[in-house]
Amino acid sequence: MSYVTINKEACIGCGACVDVCPQSALYMKDDKVEVNEKCNLCGACIDACPVNALSIPREIKDSACLADYRGVWVLVEHDGKKPVNVTYELIGEGRKLAEKRNTYVGVVLLGNNVSHMIDDLGSYGADKVFLCQSPVLEHYRTEAYGDVIVDMVKAYKPEIVLSGATTQGRDLAGFVATILETGLTADCTGLDIDENGNLLQTRPAFGGNIMATILCPNTRPQMSTVRPKVFPVPEKTDKKPEVINFDFDFSKITIRTEVLEYLPFEEKISLADAEIIVSGGRGLGKPENFEIIKEFADTIGAAVGASRAAVDAGWISYEHQVGQTGKTVRPKIYIACGISGSVQHLAGMKHSDIIIAINKDPEAPIFKVASFGIVGDVMTIIPLMTKELKKRMNA
Amino acid sequence: MRVVVCIKQVPDTTEVKINPETNTLMREGVQSIVNPFDEFAIEEGIRIQEKFGGEPIVITMGPPQAEEALKTALAMGCDKAYLVSDRAFAGSDTLATAYTLASAIKKIEQTDGPVDVVLCGKQAIDGDTGQVGPGIAVRMNIPPLTYVSKIREIDPEKKTIIVERLMERGKEVVKCSLPVLITVVKDINSPRYPSLFEIKKAAKKPMIKLGLADIGIPENRTGLKGSPTWVNKVFSPELKSVNGEIFQGDPEECAVKLVDRLINLGKGVSL
Repeated sequence: MSYVTINKEACIGCGACVDVCPQSALYMKDDKVEVNEKCNLCGACIDACPVNALSIPREIKDSACLADYRGVWVLVEHDGKKPVNVTYELIGEGRKLAEKRNTYVGVVLLGNNVSHMIDDLGSYGADKVFLCQSPVLEHYRTEAYGDVIVDMVKAYKPEIVLSGATTQGRDLAGFVATILETGLTADCTGLDIDENGNLLQTRPAFGGNIMATILCPNTRPQMSTVRPKVFPVPEKTDKKPEVINFDFDFSKITIRTEVLEYLPFEEKISLADAEIIVSGGRGLGKPENFEIIKEFADTIGAAVGASRAAVDAGWISYEHQVGQTGKTVRPKIYIACGISGSVQHLAGMKHSDIIIAINKDPEAPIFKVASFGIVGDVMTIIPLMTKELKKRMNA
Repeated sequence: MRVVVCIKQVPDTTEVKINPETNTLMREGVQSIVNPFDEFAIEEGIRIQEKFGGEPIVITMGPPQAEEALKTALAMGCDKAYLVSDRAFAGSDTLATAYTLASAIKKIEQTDGPVDVVLCGKQAIDGDTGQVGPGIAVRMNIPPLTYVSKIREIDPEKKTIIVERLMERGKEVVKCSLPVLITVVKDINSPRYPSLFEIKKAAKKPMIKLGLADIGIPENRTGLKGSPTWVNKVFSPELKSVNGEIFQGDPEECAVKLVDRLINLGKGVSL
């Protein structure tokens, strides 16, 4: 079948594409580029080519029926009492997209006795609330929630559906998009709209080493899960939303799962909600040294985070991991101790308001994003800072 | 009890570096490995089969060289491997991949018998989507249980399973009927290292290739044609330098200066 298409006439043999190919599928032969069977059509080479000699054979289908789809939807995630923050963040971002498309922002609220959240959702910017309530929806279950949303989408045809890139959001969106046979882009960190109404979905890939912008030109809705804490929570207004009650016949579906119980973590301060986070990394040297990080964090009322290196070494549990494969955080202050600042770590904390870095390597990438920092050994600096802070607090 | 483990061969993204001058990926010396999350799925599949009997099957979709990943799974203790590979599959996004893999598993069921548990890692470290697992479940019409950190019990008679799912703020205990698709997180077990003897033994285990014609799916539902999402642009993440105030020199002086700044910043925060 197909590989990336090479226009040999246009190719100037510069080799730029060879350097960027993550699969090592491109090579030079007689001053022209050639492709081998490793090509998986990822498209990384297309933009690298200065003379547009590379392309992927794509078909754009007739877009007439796509115009029937209007509205930007956000799938509400909640704990039965109130929505989680990423829902508000997405309503805010959804508003921007909706304005560009001259359409409305709708939210999908499912659960049992959840109508008290309607006004709250409206105050953050939702124009319409699509509501379905039933004892069957008491706990989140993929099949029950997914089947309702599939029917809602078929009935109201939104052009964009966003959900948080949380365990629930990813689980739900993956299920819904597959049934609808539409495109889903995971874990987006940037969203925009082009002139044709295509959602430009930007996300980190390759462990955060590269960014990719994904399109879904031929099917609707365009679906994305969006990483929490990337977009700010919008300002509240006193707007009241329109409510659309959606009837769903639960007798027509079989739900094969049953939630037996929920066991919440005993977290002192939740990393996701903390205003200040103190994180430790490889520079701590050994697990016992995390104690000085914890003491420092306690002194200033901060939550404790960690880099993947520290978690992989078994110094601290996975719940504390910040980064591409851990949590994304957006505290007011993020203090990185003995963390060099790999792309994978930066992906999880670079949206923090203020970053402070303590590292003995002055060349460490973390200093690039740090507003304040000290070049020095964390094992010396942190105890000194703890001591100084305690002294001032007592004064 | 029949278990199928889905795995992916990935570049070891932790070894990938960016060339600071050209701002491009430096892939020299980057090894292809079994996606780390899939190793937990392989281990769990083997443990289920050790407990309840049966031979764990491992399957991957990818280019011919993905056979290496299957060999690792066979050495760990899987008994049979399927390589789903065809040029027609190239360029598949998560929707097309899930469709192709689910179709392949349904094909395998025709020869090996019905599958009770399909296992996947929670996501692959190159794409980080976590979408293929739930997608396979939908296509096979079985329930997905994602982010599973523990299998509490399996009742082969009643055909039920109870698992713990790892969520952001707690664990959820869920009961479900079999067959089921499970995606696992790394808390679930510690994957075994194959011994030399097992690596040798693995070479004799069956490795079956399945192409487009073997699976019997239409060409327009897989590969580029079956993929609604397109990669439009790929670029390096830009690190905006903030030119911050970085102190050097006497540790005590530095610490005092930074505490000054911290207390100033902390006025808006609950410091």
